[in-house]
Amino acid sequence: MLLQAIFILVSLATLGAALLVVLTRNLFHSALFLAASFFGVAALYVLLEAEFLAVVQVLIYVGAIATLIVFAIMLSRGGVQRGVPLFNAEWAIVAVGVALLGGVLIVLLTQVAWPVSQAAPPADLIARLGQAFVGPYVIPFEVASALLVTALIGAILIARERE
Amino acid sequence: MGFVADLFRNLGAAFVGWLSGFLPPWAVALVNDVAVALLLLTLALLIVLYVIWFERKAIARVQDRLGPNRAGPAGLLQNLADAMKLLIKESITPSGADRWVYNLAPILSVFAAIMLLAVVPFGAGLIGEDLNVGVLYIVAMGSLGSMAVLMAGWGSNNKYALLGGFRVVAQLLSYEIPMVLAMLSPVLLAGTLSMQGVVAAQAGGRWFGVLMPAAFLIYLVSAVAETGRSPFDLLEAESELVAGFHIEYSGMKFAWFYLAEFMNTFTLSAVATTLFFGGWLGPFVDRAPVLGVVYFAIKVSIIYALFTWFRATLPRVRIDQLMAFAWKVLVPGALANLLLVAVLAKLPLPDLLNSLLILAANVALILTGLGMIGRSLRLQTQRRLAQG
Amino acid sequence: MLQSYAFIGILAVVAFGFAVAGLIAAWLVSPKKPNPIKNDTYECGIQTFGDTWVQFKAQYYLFALIFVIFDVEAVFLFPWAVAYRQLGFYAVVEAILFILILVGGLLYAWRKGALDWQ
Repeated sequence: MLLQAIFILVSLATLGAALLVVLTRNLFHSALFLAASFFGVAALYVLLEAEFLAVVQVLIYVGAIATLIVFAIMLSRGGVQRGVPLFNAEWAIVAVGVALLGGVLIVLLTQVAWPVSQAAPPADLIARLGQAFVGPYVIPFEVASALLVTALIGAILIARERE
Repeated sequence: MGFVADLFRNLGAAFVGWLSGFLPPWAVALVNDVAVALLLLTLALLIVLYVIWFERKAIARVQDRLGPNRAGPAGLLQNLADAMKLLIKESITPSGADRWVYNLAPILSVFAAIMLLAVVPFGAGLIGEDLNVGVLYIVAMGSLGSMAVLMAGWGSNNKYALLGGFRVVAQLLSYEIPMVLAMLSPVLLAGTLSMQGVVAAQAGGRWFGVLMPAAFLIYLVSAVAETGRSPFDLLEAESELVAGFHIEYSGMKFAWFYLAEFMNTFTLSAVATTLFFGGWLGPFVDRAPVLGVVYFAIKVSIIYALFTWFRATLPRVRIDQLMAFAWKVLVPGALANLLLVAVLAKLPLPDLLNSLLILAANVALILTGLGMIGRSLRLQTQRRLAQG
Repeated sequence: MLQSYAFIGILAVVAFGFAVAGLIAAWLVSPKKPNPIKNDTYECGIQTFGDTWVQFKAQYYLFALIFVIFDVEAVFLFPWAVAYRQLGFYAVVEAILFILILVGGLLYAWRKGALDWQ
């Protein structure tokens, strides 16, 4: 019961922050609201008893990606842009598209029989995760590393080009 | 004698027992949590008060002067006086500053600093909350600090604050990687992310810092840089950007940044103690757990004294040297250390031999690292002499 | 396990409350006499000129990106480190491969001068 109330509060806060990301005119504020919504997601992970994922969410998303986004905003000489309108000319078509997507997602989430486990997470959750990384999921593990390096090389190449 | 032997835990149990007398179990848990949270906060403030006094005195002595000695006996109340002064100072908000962001930045800074203390093990069973992911929690809360710096720099509507903010964050980010990688080694050997778990894994004198001095050194250097202290304090250098990102902050808001910096230094010292020097472990701790607090205090004081010594004696490092050092020396070093320990610890050898091998590998790593730095510096000097 | 995070939540409220309370106390107690000269932003004692954005080097962004990459790498390594004791030697080999790929990336960045601060 209390859990339900907390969940509703956290969800509202997260969704509210996410909404403010697109509604606020100040880019820096957008970035901050985005960081706040990341926090909300981390809280949701905690409610789902996925504590490793929660700390990783704060560590990577709030600590690294939000900072990256702020740097990107600075790089694009952003700031207070009062002259930018919030809605552009094609908003009607986009609204239809978003409504369709929303409908599909809602149907998916409610009608599909997702396998839900009522069991408590195992005590050695992180150890099992580690075992999974080098066991059945070793290929994605190594591919992830290769993917990261590709991103790194790509970014450096693009940055070098600009100079 | 029995009660005192485990003093703090017994006090806690007595408190909970007293509460249970008239409150339902959920309320007992709630009140207990709030009490512990308030206790942590008070402890943090008292520690910072003492620690700043200690640092000012120590640096003063190194510089052949006395340090604060007027307010209270031996200047112990100096910090209280300073805090009061900052409290009643006029808070000048720069024109054009983004009020929300400007005011939120110091709050976030202090918030992150206090949240860090939740997983610091002060003694046997004396921890805010022994999270299963304690070690990662420390890293996560630390990364909040960089957000606060960005907000301060941007919210001040000041070119120098903004520039200072970027540089600070670049430094914080660069040194966070070696710090996290160095923290991986104790986790590897302990097999758990819980702080009390890492302490327990060092029982019997197997302190990870003695086993892996390279990892400890890398962590130490990264921690010095993470807290923005000398010799990596380019950001606050008076001769550089005039106090950097907190240039436009006065009064209590500035006090909050100051407080957060010292709290972070203390917390990082405490984490170093926990991960590398057995935390609260020591002789006779199983018979009288309250001794754990004493051992912990002594160890943290020694490491904090190390921090102070660095600040008092070493000259400032240039920003390009700063970044180069982090990425070209510390990160490869930390990775090499991790790989070496991972390979060596899996060898089917008796424990003692394993430990000696790991120690030898670490020492070899340190010497190689120093050798390579020395060689590269010599090459640079030669190049510069050849040019000029 | 959720009880543990209840404590974290309570500590968060206490910490935030304390930080805000301090600022409110200061606001109540301190004098408030703003004037345009005092409120001017600081620029070595002379008048400010130009707008407040600085020429932002792409370098900062690169550093942040490299940081993200290595941060994610470290996060992948944590579960491996926790499970280390229960795994065979193959786990070490796989981790070595993982780390070497990323060291390759670091070396590339090093050679291309992305790690140098101008």
